[in-house]
Amino acid sequence: MTQPAPDPRLLVRERGLAGYVTEFRRRIAGGELGSLPVVVGLIIIAIVFEAQTGTFLTPGNLSNISVYIAGPGIMAVGIVLVLLLGEIDLSVGSVAGLSAALWAVLSVNQGYHDLLAIGLAIVAGAAVGLIHGFFFAKIGVPAFVVTLAGFLGWSGLQIWVMGNEGTINIPRDSLVRDFTTYYFSDIAFAYGLAALITAGYVLALLRTERRRERAALATRPVTEIVLRGALVALVAFTVAYTLNQHRGLPLALVIFLGVLFAGHFVLRHTPYGRQIYAVGGNAEAARRAGINVARVRLTVFVIASSLAALGGLFWAAQAGGASKSLGSGNLLMNVIAAAVIGGTSLFGGRGWVWSALLGTLVIQSITTGLNLLGMAAEIQYMITGAVLLLAVVLDSVSRRTQRTAGRT
Amino acid sequence: MTAAPVLELRGVSKRFGAVQALTDVDLEIRPGEVTALVGDNGAGKSTLVKTIAGVHPIDSGAIHFRGEPVRIARPHDAQELGIATVYQDLALCDNLDVVANLFLGREIRRHTMLDHVTMEQRSRELLDTLSIRIPSVRIPVASLSGGQRQVVAIARALVGEPEVVILDEPTAALGVEQTAQVLDLVERLRERGLAVILISHNMADVQAVADRVAVLRLGRNNGVFPVAGTSHETIIAAITGAADNAVSRRRDRISKAGDEEREQEDPS
Ligand SMILES: Nc1ncnc2c1ncn2[C@@H]1O[C@H](COP(=O)(O)OP(=O)(O)OP(=O)(O)O)[C@@H](O)[C@H]1O
Ligand SMILES: [Mg+2]
Repeated sequence: MTQPAPDPRLLVRERGLAGYVTEFRRRIAGGELGSLPVVVGLIIIAIVFEAQTGTFLTPGNLSNISVYIAGPGIMAVGIVLVLLLGEIDLSVGSVAGLSAALWAVLSVNQGYHDLLAIGLAIVAGAAVGLIHGFFFAKIGVPAFVVTLAGFLGWSGLQIWVMGNEGTINIPRDSLVRDFTTYYFSDIAFAYGLAALITAGYVLALLRTERRRERAALATRPVTEIVLRGALVALVAFTVAYTLNQHRGLPLALVIFLGVLFAGHFVLRHTPYGRQIYAVGGNAEAARRAGINVARVRLTVFVIASSLAALGGLFWAAQAGGASKSLGSGNLLMNVIAAAVIGGTSLFGGRGWVWSALLGTLVIQSITTGLNLLGMAAEIQYMITGAVLLLAVVLDSVSRRTQRTAGRT
Repeated sequence: MTAAPVLELRGVSKRFGAVQALTDVDLEIRPGEVTALVGDNGAGKSTLVKTIAGVHPIDSGAIHFRGEPVRIARPHDAQELGIATVYQDLALCDNLDVVANLFLGREIRRHTMLDHVTMEQRSRELLDTLSIRIPSVRIPVASLSGGQRQVVAIARALVGEPEVVILDEPTAALGVEQTAQVLDLVERLRERGLAVILISHNMADVQAVADRVAVLRLGRNNGVFPVAGTSHETIIAAITGAADNAVSRRRDRISKAGDEEREQEDPS
C-alpha cells in the first residue's frame, strides 16, 4: 500500500515564531477562542482596578483573592464537568449551604470529630448528586428541572438541619477555619510548589515528546518546549513571590490547585474523562461506542455535588460560620458564570477544568475591585451579570463561527 | 463456500410505535463471505443492522452467534461478540479528534491512563491502509469533509479486531477512488476470513464484491440470491416486488425511445 501524497491544501504549520502567529490567526478566524478572551479580560481588569484604586495589585489583596476563589472555584470544577455533558446543575449553591449546615451541626452541636463531620458533609453531597443523577440519567427527567427542584429542596433541608439556630459560628480550633486562614508561611513552600509545578510540567512534556519521537510522530520544536516551560515558570514563580510578600502559601489555594490538577488528570488522561467529552459531544454515538452513558451522567452529578459540598465548607469558613441562608444569593450564579466565563461551552463537549480557575479569578477580581472602590452590592450584581452575558455571547458567536469555518 | 454461519437471525421482528419495521426476518452470515443486504428506502436494512449491533434490541426472534443463542441488548454486547458496525449516520463525536473517535470505547491504556501516543500511531497506520488523506488526526472530526468522516467511521470498525463487520452504505459519500478503496477493503476483510454485511443501493458495487444478496422488502425477507448466476433484473424485481417496476419500465421506455430514434435515422 503506497503512502498517499500529502494534500497540497493542508495547513502545515511553519516553523519558528512566524508559525505560531499564523496558527494563532487561524484559530481566531476559526472561532476557536477557548480560554483566550478570559486571559485578556483578566489583564484588563487588573490594569483598570489598579489604575482606579492603586491598591489592587498589592500582595495582600492578591493573596486574599487567591483564598476567596477556592470555595467557588472548587464548586466551579464540578460545574465544568456538568457543562461538558451539555447539562446544568442549578443546585450547587443549596448543596454548599446544606453541607455547611450539616458539618456545623455535627461538629459544633453534636461534638463529632471535625474530620468525621467534614467527611459526612461531603458524603451527604455525594448522596445528593446520586439522587440528581438517578432522576436525570435513569428516569430521564431533564437535569435542569431535577436540579431546580434540588435548588429549592436542599435549601429547605438546610434550614431544617439548622433548626432553631440562625447561625452556628466556627470554633477557633476548627479544621474548617484553617481552610481559609492557614498559611504555609515559610517561603520555601510557595517556591517549592512553583518549582514542582514547573518541573512536573516540563518533564511531562519532554517525556511525551520522547515517546512521540520514538513512535515517529510529529514533535514540538525545542523552542516551543522552552517557551512553554518558561511561561509556566514565570506565572508560578510570580504568584509564589507575591504570596510570600504577604503571609505565604494559603492552604485554600493548595486544596483548590489539588482539585484542579485532579480534574485535569481525569479529563485528559483517563478513559472516564474521554467518555464525559463523548457523551457531551454526541450521546447516541457514545452509547453506540459501548459507553454506559447513564453511568457517566450519574457519576458526573455525584462529583459535582460532592465538590459543591466541599466548596460549601470553604464558603462557611470565609463567612465565619454556617447559617440558614449560606449559599443562597449570588453564589450559584457566580459559580456557573465562572465556568462559562473561563471558556467552557454551555453547549457541551468543549472546555477544560482550568476555566474554573480563570473564571473565578475574573469574578473575584471584579468583586474585590468594586469593593475597593466602595461600590454597592447592586452594582456588583449588574456588572457580574453583564460579564456573564458577554461570556455567553462569546461562546455562542464562537460556536457559530466554528460552524461556518467548518468546525461545528 | 459452505462454512457454518457465524451469525444467524431467526424470525427477528422489530416494531417502532405504529411502524412494524421488521417482520420475521431470517438471515445467515458466514465467515469469509460478503453478504449484501439490499432493499428500497425504508425497507428496514438499517433497522436490521441496528438490532444486530445492539442499538435497538429485538422484540421477538432469536440471534445465534457461532451456533449459540445470544442476547444483544446493548451495543456493548455486540462489541463483546466481535461485531463491528459502520452506521449510516456514522455516529461520530464531532467535538473529539480523529484519534479519540477511532478508539472511543476501546481506548489503549498504559498504566491505566490513556496512551495518547500509541493511539495516534495506530490511527495513522489504520488510516494509511485506507489510503485516505486527513489533514491531521488531531483535529475535531467536525472539520473533516463528508467522505473523510465516512472513512474515519469505517476505520473505527477495524480497530477492535472484529469477526463480523457491518457496513451500512459505506460508500454513499465517497468519490470514485475512495469507493474503490473501500471495496478493496471489503475484499481484504473477506480474505482474512471475516464475515461482512454490506448495505448498498449501488448494484454495481454489490455485484463486484458480494457473494450473496439478501433482499428485504417492506421489513420482510424477499429472497437470498447467489451473486454469481443471478441477473440484475431478478434482484431488482425482488427489491421492488414485481417484474413490472419503475426500473424496468424506465429501461423499456429508454430502449424503446432509442429504437424509435434509430428507426427515424435509418428509415430502411
Ligand atoms: N428510531 C425509529 N423510530 C421510529 N421508526 C423508525 C426508527 N428507525 C427506523 N424507523 C422506521 O423503520 C422503517 C425502516 O427504516 P430503515 O432505516 O431501517 O430503512 P432502510 O432500509 O435503512 O432505508 P434507507 O435505504 O433509506 O437507509 C422506516 O419506515 C422508518 O421510518
Ligand atoms: Mg438505512
